[in-house]
Amino acid sequence: MEKIVSHTGIGVPLRQSNVDTDQIIPAVYLKRITRTGFEDALFAGWRRDENFILNQEPFNTGSVLVAGPDFGTGSSREHAVWALKDYGFKAVISSRFADIFRGNSGKQGLVAAEVAQSDIELIWKELENNPGTTVTVDLESRTVHCGSISAPFQIDDYTRWRLMEGLDDIGLTLQHEEDITAYEAKRPAHKPRTLPARTAG
Amino acid sequence: MSAMQSPQTLAEKVWNAHVVRRGEGEGEARQPDLIYIDLHLLHEVTSPQAFEGLRLAGRPLRRPDLTIATEDHNTPTLDIDKPIADLTSRTQIHTLRDNCKEFGVRLHSLGDKEQGIVHVVGPQLGLTQPGMTVVCGDSHTSTHGAFGALAFGIGTSEVEHVMATQSLSLKPFKTMAINVEGTLKPGVTAKDIILAVIAKIGTGGGQGYVLEYRGSAIRSLSMDARMTICNMSIEAGARAGMIAPDETTFEYVKGRPHAPEGEDWDAAVADWKQLHTDEGARFDAEVFLNADELEPFVTWGTNPGQGVSLSENVPTPEDFEDENDRKACERALTYMGLEGGTPMKDIRVDTVFLGSCTNSRMEDLRAAAQVIKGKEKDPNVRMIVVPGSARVRLEAEAEGLDQIFKDFGAEWRFAGCSMCLGMNPDQLAEGERCASTSNRNFEGRQGKGGRTHLVSPLVAAATAIRGTLSSPSDLVNAPVSV
Repeated sequence: MEKIVSHTGIGVPLRQSNVDTDQIIPAVYLKRITRTGFEDALFAGWRRDENFILNQEPFNTGSVLVAGPDFGTGSSREHAVWALKDYGFKAVISSRFADIFRGNSGKQGLVAAEVAQSDIELIWKELENNPGTTVTVDLESRTVHCGSISAPFQIDDYTRWRLMEGLDDIGLTLQHEEDITAYEAKRPAHKPRTLPARTAG
Repeated sequence: MSAMQSPQTLAEKVWNAHVVRRGEGEGEARQPDLIYIDLHLLHEVTSPQAFEGLRLAGRPLRRPDLTIATEDHNTPTLDIDKPIADLTSRTQIHTLRDNCKEFGVRLHSLGDKEQGIVHVVGPQLGLTQPGMTVVCGDSHTSTHGAFGALAFGIGTSEVEHVMATQSLSLKPFKTMAINVEGTLKPGVTAKDIILAVIAKIGTGGGQGYVLEYRGSAIRSLSMDARMTICNMSIEAGARAGMIAPDETTFEYVKGRPHAPEGEDWDAAVADWKQLHTDEGARFDAEVFLNADELEPFVTWGTNPGQGVSLSENVPTPEDFEDENDRKACERALTYMGLEGGTPMKDIRVDTVFLGSCTNSRMEDLRAAAQVIKGKEKDPNVRMIVVPGSARVRLEAEAEGLDQIFKDFGAEWRFAGCSMCLGMNPDQLAEGERCASTSNRNFEGRQGKGGRTHLVSPLVAAATAIRGTLSSPSDLVNAPVSV
């Protein structure tokens, strides 16, 4: 994973709550078996509307999405994060993220910055009044900057550290493989195994 | 762990029994725990990139014997003996088959008697048992919490992590008790309980929590009904939902293909009997719901929290104080083609979908069949019935349920996720309105421009007869008790 300490890019105001992952990427785009190339799928339903924010300049070149509360609800599809990243987004700002989306973002180097709704309202106004204004998301100081607005954001320490160091989760866990093996040795014997396969006949 | 341990909730007990390595540090700065995973369920949509990741890193799949795969999301429910028509879908299915072969994973393919929706298949085979940790690249993994398992959905990066390490790095969840006391009225079911819970706490209300459903109304539910409730925990934003195992649970598990046997069974049950929230244990939050007052519950909007009792009207934006809620209501009404103030029972539907991991088990099919038996379907409504698994389909056919559905004029399909998610051939057309027993009414969820009302199997069946959103009590000569 690429290291990310701070990012500055054009902010995109998305005045909507409950942006679920079916909106971020509709299910028909989940048939692919690759991990990249999902940029065309991002908000595919909404992008059919020419007034949608990503169909307007300069927002179409934005890289920081500023959305309403409860962003990324619903399906666990990591494709939602891939689509945001493939389109060019480096960070999403919301007052509340769905748990799985937040986790997926952290694994893929997309910053999910939790900012108070009152600050998001200010940022929305700034971005709408001055299209093309950039937003800086700084992990070092846990602050977002937009015009004259500075607001703190929340992100858990572990995710922040992994993002800033660009660390691979599996590699980190495998450093503790002995602990896993030791745990396996004491698992109760009655726990089920899928193999050999048994069926009802 | 000492004998003097402080009282614990069910979720904490299961968590603590699976800690491979406790995270360093204290409080907010505490690193995640490494948690062991007892069962990893796979399907075709969220696994290909994870298998590819393993291959690229030259890593083996650590525990094929704790892993099982099935084909469900991207499969047709008609002509399953023919090659899948859509080439991209066919490739995805064949990729799963190739990957399972290469990594030694048990797979139940289309046409196999154990194929079906992953969350129907696990419990049915007896692989889902109390006290386990269960994960899958699917948010409705919360279904398995009905057994007192800690079960939750994960993204593809985590799928790869579990494949490689059989564990996950996780921060402990907070706990929330959902207390449902009382007795459900006839015609009110588990689906109505969970829709009412979501409307009460909102789509973000459960965020960061594991929900534990408790109380007399929950205890009296069957396993099929408990699965319906835990299934939709994610729709309240919760990572997982759980119900403490009891005799109903043990009875369900006993004798299933992968249930423990002999001495193992006795040891297992002894363990499982410890799996309840201790007297005096503290939840981080509590919610109370009176089962006596519940009515059939349906959604009017485009998120599962936008629901009301069937006897109520579609709300108007002015009903909401919060500006975001007001805007969300406006937008939802436009998308749904509804006017505020319309009685829910006046809403006419085009399609009724009975299926999905929420409501496609035997009890769901039996309930709907009992309502429609001997009745006539509204000629303008199409009804699709999709059993949750090939095994459920066979069992339903043995009971003659298929004939009841066919006589009624419904389509009797093969098992899969079907119309729940607008991915396979079963989709709504633009503007088509559906009463659906599934779990999500998001814009376009069941097909581009499709309009979804989430309902129980009983409401689905009554709606197919009347053509408008209805409960069995609205039918002439309504059955006394269903």
